[in-house]
Amino acid sequence: MTDTITASSGSHAEVEPGHPPTATGLTNEKVGMWAFLASECLLFGALISTYLLFKGQSKPGTIRPKDVFDIPYTSVSSFVLLMSSLTMVLALAAIQRGDHRRTRIWILTTALLGASFVAGQCYEFTTFVRAGMNLRVNLFGSSFFVLTGFHGAHVTIGVLMLLSLYSMSLKGKLPESKAETVELVGLYWHFVDIVWIVIFTVVYLIP
Amino acid sequence: MAIVTPQRPEALAPAPPLNAPVRFLRRPTGYTKGIWGWMTTVDHKKIGIMYTATAFFFFLVGGVEALLLRIQLGSPDNTFLRADTYNQIFTMHGTTMIFLVIMPLSAGLANYLLPIMIGARDVAFPRLNALGYWVFLAGGLFLYSSFLLGGAPNGGWFGYVPLTRNLPGHNIDFWVFGLQILGIASLTGAINLIVTVVNMRAPGMSLMRMPIFVWMSLVAQFLLLFAIPVITVALFLLGFDRLFSTNFFNVAAGSDPLLWQHLFWLFGHPEVYILILPAMGIVSEVLPVFSRKPLFGYQVMVFSGIAIGFMGWGVWAHHMFATGLGPVAVSAFSASTMFIAVPTGVKIFNWIATMWKGKITFSTPLLFAVGFVAMFTIGGLSGVTHGVVPADTQQTDTYYIVAHFHYVLFGGSMFGLFSGAYYWYPKFTGKLLNETLGKIHFWLMLIGFNMTFGPFHILGLQGMPRRIYTYPAGRGWDFWNMISTIGSFVIAASILTFIINVIRTRKGPNAGPDPWDARTLEWTIPSPPPEYNFKEVPLVTSRDEFWHRKYTEDDQGRAVRRDTTEDQPVMAGTEVEPSTEAHEGPDHLSADAGHGEGEDEHEPHIHMPSPSYWPLMVALGMPILCYGMIYKTWVVAILGGLWIFTSIYSWALEPATAPEDTPVHGPDTAGQEVEAVPTP
Repeated sequence: MTDTITASSGSHAEVEPGHPPTATGLTNEKVGMWAFLASECLLFGALISTYLLFKGQSKPGTIRPKDVFDIPYTSVSSFVLLMSSLTMVLALAAIQRGDHRRTRIWILTTALLGASFVAGQCYEFTTFVRAGMNLRVNLFGSSFFVLTGFHGAHVTIGVLMLLSLYSMSLKGKLPESKAETVELVGLYWHFVDIVWIVIFTVVYLIP
Repeated sequence: MAIVTPQRPEALAPAPPLNAPVRFLRRPTGYTKGIWGWMTTVDHKKIGIMYTATAFFFFLVGGVEALLLRIQLGSPDNTFLRADTYNQIFTMHGTTMIFLVIMPLSAGLANYLLPIMIGARDVAFPRLNALGYWVFLAGGLFLYSSFLLGGAPNGGWFGYVPLTRNLPGHNIDFWVFGLQILGIASLTGAINLIVTVVNMRAPGMSLMRMPIFVWMSLVAQFLLLFAIPVITVALFLLGFDRLFSTNFFNVAAGSDPLLWQHLFWLFGHPEVYILILPAMGIVSEVLPVFSRKPLFGYQVMVFSGIAIGFMGWGVWAHHMFATGLGPVAVSAFSASTMFIAVPTGVKIFNWIATMWKGKITFSTPLLFAVGFVAMFTIGGLSGVTHGVVPADTQQTDTYYIVAHFHYVLFGGSMFGLFSGAYYWYPKFTGKLLNETLGKIHFWLMLIGFNMTFGPFHILGLQGMPRRIYTYPAGRGWDFWNMISTIGSFVIAASILTFIINVIRTRKGPNAGPDPWDARTLEWTIPSPPPEYNFKEVPLVTSRDEFWHRKYTEDDQGRAVRRDTTEDQPVMAGTEVEPSTEAHEGPDHLSADAGHGEGEDEHEPHIHMPSPSYWPLMVALGMPILCYGMIYKTWVVAILGGLWIFTSIYSWALEPATAPEDTPVHGPDTAGQEVEAVPTP
């Protein structure tokens, strides 16, 4: 109870250069982002559980997954989204090197890949609606659109954050010292990608 | 003006297009005072006070609702309230007391105290902290605006489907979207406080030296972090059902309405611990101070708190025993429900052992803390009876359940929070509350509480169902209902005593920095604390740091006061200031910053984050968005969305410290940059 500290007599802990003066050595922003992503896990967990619960419970005779799914098409758009994680990593590596031209190229590429995925999802949704599937038609429709729609909204927000980074970089407001901002957006981006792997498997691949 | 972080974009002054409103709403600075000072503040102490004050206001509202319910039920066949009005009022009473009273009261105390208790100058994300408060206020007002717009929510606080899916009118819509808004407030608060505790502890403040209130609040914030998204999904599903006719809870389409109960209680049971853990923390701070003994079994207290946090996720289905879950699920949840009483019981014995052979001073905070232990034990024991499935099947939906959760939430959480209110009031305001009035408050509340809720046990076992707006005479329920109604007015009288106490002691004597001879860091600084909390970031060498600075042990292990004039090198920066100076409160930083040159011993230049309009602006957009959604006026919804979007961008582009704001001297340990990206 009376254990004493052996640290130096100063009132400030010695801080290693390059490390923020926090108890963990990580910046507040990074710890905050991890906490937020942990919370997001339960958001998607609850949505995916809902989908799984209701998957086989639609009224007979209404539209079924195998009536509408075009697995090769969705595989391609999934591939596009997964590749965007690679370009995100390249963007982070570039800004950490101080290579701002490549940073911008890779950030823009990531945003474009993400936007392609969202566009692909819009096209897919349109096709499904034309095939007679919508939010109201049955449980499959409701849970499919809400789950994938939530994910699409997350990707869209990610694209907006990437475009903001791009414009900051263009205006010279994204110096090397702010590489962590790119890293944080990257954390979010990778999370959204990983969630898609789960959703793609659960919704499209598992019969 | 010297700014510490040179890479900060000075070029922001000619505002970019998105930032245009800044021209009209000039960036508030440390000089901004009065109402705008409060509306733009990012000071965790001011935000904590606003949380507490707003929550207390809602407590009075929820209390009046309770009195209306009790008047209606005081006699059989009463016609004081109509059935529909009764439904609205009991729904709003429950929703208010949980989401607008106990949660924000705990959040307010944690906001105020957590940074100080761990030796920090502010929370990790000061603007996000302000956002949490404004969103909470917006959500609360949004929920209550339903009374003016066609009727309040009327489906009960846990809003079971398919009833809530099919009820006509917008009542339930207000509940769905109001809770959604409040969820955002809780989530941002949870992230902020978690990062604060994890990252911003003063040197030497290791995890196992943190005050127990910090620990219990931290566990509660983790529970919030994981519980809020679950109810967010549940509310989204219900909201989609109501707005867009999806089928999630449409039994005709083959849906399973039990999904709602699972999702709701998967949030709802951790929520119970979110409500009680901070109160347990408060009591664990108060008992050692007034027993003049360290907390008995600190480590065990910490780990039993963590154990409650984990096990709280494995008991939710005990709310659903009557739904026919099947024998395996029922047995498992029955066992886990009884098992969670173990860490709780450990805590109760630790509190008793803390007082054992202590030099107890029966001040008001201690009385409330002891009241907490006693009442919570009763509530906990009736809780264990719910774990016994056959008994629970009998008790479900009767007043026995109502008795149980009032004993844990009022007898538990509220008694704990009042203990904390009396304990920390001098720290918040610099004034001690009157002890005599405090004791009258305590005894009235204890008697009134037991008169009101004790009879519920009997009524419940006699079979009186909950949520009925009236009952016929001659069932043997009349007498105890009347007693309960009288008791509720005794509680009202006790709350009135508290309000009188607060008003009367406004001009009372100054409390000084350490009126209770307390143990933790918040008592080392003036009351009320200056904006920057600590002149020098404290170096922590032990648990109960302040106690060890004040006392040492003699040969027999008895506490002996240290000579306060020497032997305390780390106290240099924290010496007691004259209380008149403390009076100036938050002003003295900015007033001093004006001349910006002095190296005056008593007026340190400490760099604090600048105030901001944007948290308030973001919060304002949320009710607009939700009104648009509820009334399907998509233009309004889109405008609200754009408002939020624009405000978030302006926020992200605004540097944490305004270039024209307070100059900086000395080590900058608190001016951490906030939020570089607009997180959704």
